Amino acid sequence: MEKNTNKKAKGLPIGARRAIAYAVLILVSLLCLIWFYILFINATRSKGELTRGFTPIPSTHLIQNLKNGVFHGTLPFVRGMLNSLFVAGCSAVLCTYFSTMTAYAIHVYNFRFKKFMSTFILAVMMIPTQVTALGFLQLVGKMKLEDNFIPLIVPAVAAPVTYFYMKQYMESTLPLSLIEAARIDGSGEFRTFNTITLPLMKPAIAVQAIFTFVSSWNNYFIPALVLHKDKMKTLPILIAQLRSADFLKFNMGHVYAAIAFSIFPVIVVYLILSKYIVGGTTLGGVKG
Amino acid sequence: MKKRALSLILATAMVAGSLVACGGSTGAASSEPAAEAEAETEAEAETGAEEGSVLNVYCWNEEFKTRVKDHYPGYEEVDATHGKIGDIEVVWNITPNENNAYQNNLDEALLKQDEAAANDKVDLFLIEADYALKYVGSDYTMPIADLGITEEDLANQYSYTKDVVTDSNGVLKGVSWQGCPGVMIYNREAAKEVFGSDAPEDIQPKFADWDAFVASAKELKDKGYQVVSSVNDTYRVYSNNVTSPWVVDGKINIDANIDKWVDDSKALVDAGYAGTHDLWGDDWSKGFYPEGKVFAYFGPAWLIDFCMAADTEGSIANAGGWAATEGPQGFNWGGTWICAAAGTDNAAEIADIMRQLTCNVDIMTDIVKDDNDFVNNKPAMEAMAQDETYGDAVLGGQNALPMFCAGADKIVMDQITIYDQGCNEEFQKAMKGYFEGTTDKESAINAFYKAVVEKYPDLTY
Amino acid sequence: MDKAKSKKVVSYNKWGYIFLIPFVVVYCVFQLVPLASTFYNSLFENYRSGLTQVGPNFVGFQNYVKLFTNGDLLIYAKNTMIMWILGFVPQILVSLLLGAWFSDPSLRLKYQRFFKTVIYLPNLIMASAFAMLFFTLFSESGPINSILLNLGIISAPYKFMSHVWSVRGLVALMNFIMWFGNTTILLMAGMMGIDPSLYEAAQVDGATATQIFFQITLPLLRPILLYVMITSLIGGLQMFDVPQILTNGTGDPVRSSMTLIMYLNKHLYSKNYGLGGALSVLLFIITGILSLIVFRINTRTSK
Repeated sequence: MEKNTNKKAKGLPIGARRAIAYAVLILVSLLCLIWFYILFINATRSKGELTRGFTPIPSTHLIQNLKNGVFHGTLPFVRGMLNSLFVAGCSAVLCTYFSTMTAYAIHVYNFRFKKFMSTFILAVMMIPTQVTALGFLQLVGKMKLEDNFIPLIVPAVAAPVTYFYMKQYMESTLPLSLIEAARIDGSGEFRTFNTITLPLMKPAIAVQAIFTFVSSWNNYFIPALVLHKDKMKTLPILIAQLRSADFLKFNMGHVYAAIAFSIFPVIVVYLILSKYIVGGTTLGGVKG
Repeated sequence: MKKRALSLILATAMVAGSLVACGGSTGAASSEPAAEAEAETEAEAETGAEEGSVLNVYCWNEEFKTRVKDHYPGYEEVDATHGKIGDIEVVWNITPNENNAYQNNLDEALLKQDEAAANDKVDLFLIEADYALKYVGSDYTMPIADLGITEEDLANQYSYTKDVVTDSNGVLKGVSWQGCPGVMIYNREAAKEVFGSDAPEDIQPKFADWDAFVASAKELKDKGYQVVSSVNDTYRVYSNNVTSPWVVDGKINIDANIDKWVDDSKALVDAGYAGTHDLWGDDWSKGFYPEGKVFAYFGPAWLIDFCMAADTEGSIANAGGWAATEGPQGFNWGGTWICAAAGTDNAAEIADIMRQLTCNVDIMTDIVKDDNDFVNNKPAMEAMAQDETYGDAVLGGQNALPMFCAGADKIVMDQITIYDQGCNEEFQKAMKGYFEGTTDKESAINAFYKAVVEKYPDLTY
Repeated sequence: MDKAKSKKVVSYNKWGYIFLIPFVVVYCVFQLVPLASTFYNSLFENYRSGLTQVGPNFVGFQNYVKLFTNGDLLIYAKNTMIMWILGFVPQILVSLLLGAWFSDPSLRLKYQRFFKTVIYLPNLIMASAFAMLFFTLFSESGPINSILLNLGIISAPYKFMSHVWSVRGLVALMNFIMWFGNTTILLMAGMMGIDPSLYEAAQVDGATATQIFFQITLPLLRPILLYVMITSLIGGLQMFDVPQILTNGTGDPVRSSMTLIMYLNKHLYSKNYGLGGALSVLLFIITGILSLIVFRINTRTSK
């Protein structure tokens, strides 16, 4: 077998190819998982132990860090988690639903401004978010939407990048004949979209839902400038606050514990949604 | 003039708009107690200059809130961000420092101060030394004298804590309850091994000035020790002892002492006497343990007590293996100042908070005892310094307070500018490349100029 | 008959407008307004020094002139592209490889679910938290250095944060670890849309795995691949948080890892809407041109 691995990939026997694949996959998995291990180790260490540099052996302060830093600290982490779940959840739902709808409009229908709209959305996709952020904040201030989740959730409706993905996906998987068939069956346009297109788009929706959820979950920049009341704050703001604590309270162990605590729900959400991605063939309907 | 009129019209329009919003949104926003309170006081504000019912406090962490909660008489906590002093509702507006979010948030609030409804105005906010003058030098901060606090009230405070918050016209605009004089904290074991003694009176002459410092660094290096973990450790000691400000007439100015820091540090790094790590990283803190082989750190009391891993088995601090000495020059590290925002409707309450927390000897002594702060009150600190029973376990039982008191008296911070935060940060960052040999001094300085002008476009070099 | 049909089509097509309403309304309110102000602002001198507001004074294209004359713009653009390519090339190769393996029916890899799930996990960690972990690993006294020392590969601790290519390499590595799972998932979702019977037919015809990949998977994957490339390019040009946090905002050594958006971020510190606005307009143009090129190449070869 070893001999065979030296040959050109074309002629490799299946066993050797499988062995290589497994070796690479295990390596890659290690590269992905090691971060969670380090994070876990650091969350178990006390503030003093952390100044010592990294060790691969866990320490004994996990419960203490969680208790003092997260659950019984002065910052409302549990409330923060609910806020984060609400904001990220709503963003993911709104973003995927309406982006699919937008993509559907461009993909299925012919109308005068179609060409213009699709080019326009492509063009605005390229605008860096950082600069419009400040104009965005001025706007939020003028609309009196500070300390409100609306400016964090509603803009997700117009997500050019998600739209673009949905459109690309539709091009390869949503045949127009299917829509025609639904029309002949007497299905209304809105109903066709909801009952035929959406189920077909499930893998794409799951993918983009995860992406949107995660980026909203980890977003610090805008929420930090919009949310000021403690009971409205999301997890990244609370973590940043923990990191800028005064010297009496500053404790990196607490920070790591809080990060570990805040990653946990995303992992759960990801695992739930991931079944649509990794579960194998989910595609039904007519093939093009 | 035209512009001004326009902004006035805009302001009126906005106030009117917010009033309408208030009236119309009773159904939608009834869960907000603030909305009701706002409606109440709008009527009040018209009738006269009565004390407002909401005190808005802007800060970046919980430190001040804890001080108020534990030490200010009559403060009742309602929840994490609300409290009560008598009839006044205290609202804590906490924004973390990260990404400059605190100052961004505060700036926006202050710039809108004129248009804001009485109970939405910023009343009290906190600042740090590095950017103190940004607020102190502006009209957004009230002179302390206007609050009815006299120089006599503040007589016991260390003078440098007043330097930091005095504007260019000599008007005092803030007060602090703490002082953060720094000392040189050295490793007793290493001192015995290299210099044959760990007594501060024997070690101080070896580090009395920067020449002695370098000579001793060589001795330490021969025995395998670094004199300090990083050259950034000594930066504050130099930058607090400058004779000219960072900016003179709109032009960036590098003080001779800062320049000396660059040359001294380059020499230290080249000779292998010290590293170039950023503070707070793993490489920097390795010297908290004997095997890290670092001789000294520079820092105030809080660094000694809270940051040197005293609670960890095997650390030098845990074994009481550090000692303090004055070192080459006195300096200050840290500290928080309280300011009153112009336009506040709670001037009397703010004045009382300032008086109680920064002038009341009893309360301040309590702060020392309860929170280990070094308070901004000479009699209180000097009494503690004389206390034979008071000793710091981290320092092997040494009472370093006399040293801190002497240090606090010597600090002068009269060369500050509104640009200090940016200049100090960028200077250390820019010089790193020079120390490590990736660039020469001239281009490092040019990089510094460039970075500062990006932050403050009105400056030239 | 004919007339009736065309009438029917028209009535369907009005739904195109209806379905676009949410996007257009939200976009106009929350993004177009701030965007318009960005363009508008780029023509003014408008910044804050401390709490003092300077401007807005109309200066025409002076901000643009300033950006071009100080000459750093090209350097930062180059840095950005270098770090993007360093991360993107391995990213797309590994993703395609993994995708090909997962979709190859003859390999019949076990534990696929596990591997597919694991590769996206790093993206769940906040970039700032990730950078903290990187610092721990790559510090002078950190585990990577001690491993290298023990293996005798180096004789003194290597300062990863002080050398041009090691910093760029670390930035690329971090981007790679954070995003290759994302790319793989996108590609896999696309591959799942490919009819399995095509693979079966190819196998019956005796095609090798390599042939199947290049003849069937890759061409059918083109729309998604195009999406990945364009979004990655845009993401690359907007590269910010990883180098920002890893270099503490300096882009050191000597600004060799300073990206365009980090430079933009420097101007946001002083609320420099003028220069910042001009810079983002330029960025917009650069990204537009590059995306157009990628788009053209892809659509041409596919025709």
